[in-house]
Amino acid sequence: MFWIAWKMLIGNRGKYLGIVFGVVFAALLIAQQSSIFCGLMSLTVSQIRDVQGPGIWVMDANVQFVDDIKPLADTELFRVKSVPGVDWAVRFYKGIARARLEEGTYEQMILLGLDDATLVGAPAGMLMGSIADLRTPDAVIIDDAGYKRIWPGEPFRVGRVFEMNDHRAVIVGITKASRTFQSFPILYTRYSQAVRFAPPERKVLSFILANPAADLDPVEVCRQIEERTGLQALTRDQFLWKTIRYYMAKTGIPVNFGITVLLGFLVGTAIAGQTFYLFTVENIRQFGALKAMGTSNWMILAMVLSQALNVGLVGYGVGVGLAALFGWWSRSMTRLSFFMPWQVLALTAAAVFVIVLVASVLSVRKVLVLDPAIVFRG
Amino acid sequence: MPPFEPIDDPAADATAVAIRVRGVTKEFGSGESATWALRGVDLDVAYGELLMLVGPSGCGKTTLVSIVAGTLEPTAGAVHVLGHDLVAMSNGRKVRFRRDNVGFIFQSYNLLPSLTAVENAAVPLFIAGLRRRQALDKAAEVLDALGLGDRLTNLPNELSGGQQQRVAIARALVHEPRLLVCDEPTSALDAENGRITMELIQRIAVQPDRAVIVVTHDARAYAFADRIATMEDGRIVSVTTGSESLPA
Repeated sequence: MFWIAWKMLIGNRGKYLGIVFGVVFAALLIAQQSSIFCGLMSLTVSQIRDVQGPGIWVMDANVQFVDDIKPLADTELFRVKSVPGVDWAVRFYKGIARARLEEGTYEQMILLGLDDATLVGAPAGMLMGSIADLRTPDAVIIDDAGYKRIWPGEPFRVGRVFEMNDHRAVIVGITKASRTFQSFPILYTRYSQAVRFAPPERKVLSFILANPAADLDPVEVCRQIEERTGLQALTRDQFLWKTIRYYMAKTGIPVNFGITVLLGFLVGTAIAGQTFYLFTVENIRQFGALKAMGTSNWMILAMVLSQALNVGLVGYGVGVGLAALFGWWSRSMTRLSFFMPWQVLALTAAAVFVIVLVASVLSVRKVLVLDPAIVFRG
Repeated sequence: MPPFEPIDDPAADATAVAIRVRGVTKEFGSGESATWALRGVDLDVAYGELLMLVGPSGCGKTTLVSIVAGTLEPTAGAVHVLGHDLVAMSNGRKVRFRRDNVGFIFQSYNLLPSLTAVENAAVPLFIAGLRRRQALDKAAEVLDALGLGDRLTNLPNELSGGQQQRVAIARALVHEPRLLVCDEPTSALDAENGRITMELIQRIAVQPDRAVIVVTHDARAYAFADRIATMEDGRIVSVTTGSESLPA
């Protein structure tokens, strides 16, 4: 009987495509917008993810997200180091600097200052030069996207010179860094160098990067640091989610994307529901004949649900596929952030399931209450 | 005087006739808008008999045949079909009763447009849960017997009206029902196809263990009936044998 339901469904090609289109539209919009949203959210935490090595970030107690810098006194580093369970701790500078280029133009840059001795927090992959080159005077490493932004169309070249806060900076390497929310170029340098490049402030220490001793629970070590220093200590994951939660709660980004996702859901439901209903009404005599011939209401219900499931699966597959195709295209052709984790696929699947469920409920009611004697009426 | 003598205990005699209807009424709507479609109908149909229900539009033929087929509840009265008391039967059992015992031929064929001829003919077997291959083989046999062996894979819209009606006949007979209900089987056909259809119904459907009821307006079909029950205003007003003359 499911086979009959399937043939009934695809037999009316126009209606079938109409229903599938509704589901594709919804799945595409929901998956695409959710992925762009996830992409944006991942940009907000890209710098936390890029800092390899330390398990714990220590910061001012009032910091709400990674770009919310509230500088600490340099002495806080020693207090953190003295907390039992802390294996090591280093300084980390993060700020915005203004660079004056050779051409005389100015460019805002994200400046990251790494511990002079250990270079903890250095980028993982170098395209040109090496991390060790940071130990040379005035050395900075720039990310490839930033380089292309400042010198579009020019080949990568080390040795370029520019000024920050009246101090000379020399590019000694080019790295592959994750894009940031602000999309500014990213400069890596030594901490001692960074404080010279940065605008003068009384306190300059942005974060303390620490690591718990082996076999110790990082969460417990964070608690110890907070208890003994009054600072805020978070594991890498905690800081990452704190930043994401901040953007979710304090910006209009989720609402904007949520509205688009909701619209996609509603329009998809309307198109699929209405077309599925019309399809059922058009086939009402056929359903009546099946009922007259002894098909039970349960079987009719199962048939309609199988039809809905069919369009749901096809629509979901095509919609998500198109969204993925869009993501692939946007990553290669544009600077649009696009990140499609499995949760987006699950969310889209759930939304599509609800859409086809609503569509089939609208339709199946008419069939279930259908009097099989309808087939005897002319 | 009613056309049949009422009996006191219909169930006691239920196996002697295929269909026994006593005092059946059917009211549609309620209150002032109520309409009586049947006003106390008594009717017996024997096994091996082809009975025609005739009469003007709105006289209650379709309502009566719907009740006998188990697709409509009577307002009052007793209905015994193939030994089953339809009035006492639950909806679920009535669905199974129709599936196992009743074949339908509809006025407008009601073939599924996206199924081929053989698939349409096999629908009752699918409903009964037969495996697809077995169902299609059996339906092909029946279609072959009806002269459509070369049209098995045609869709309904690729068939003439007469051929579509033959597919509908195959569908009605494929599961070997003991009751065949035909609603205006010739009304959409020309004279030649109408004659062929009635011949097929008479030749193939009428069997000693089966009863056939045909609702029709078509006077050309009367000659194929064993008996003809004429209805008027919700009542059976006369029953004649097929050889007796009836107004066209």
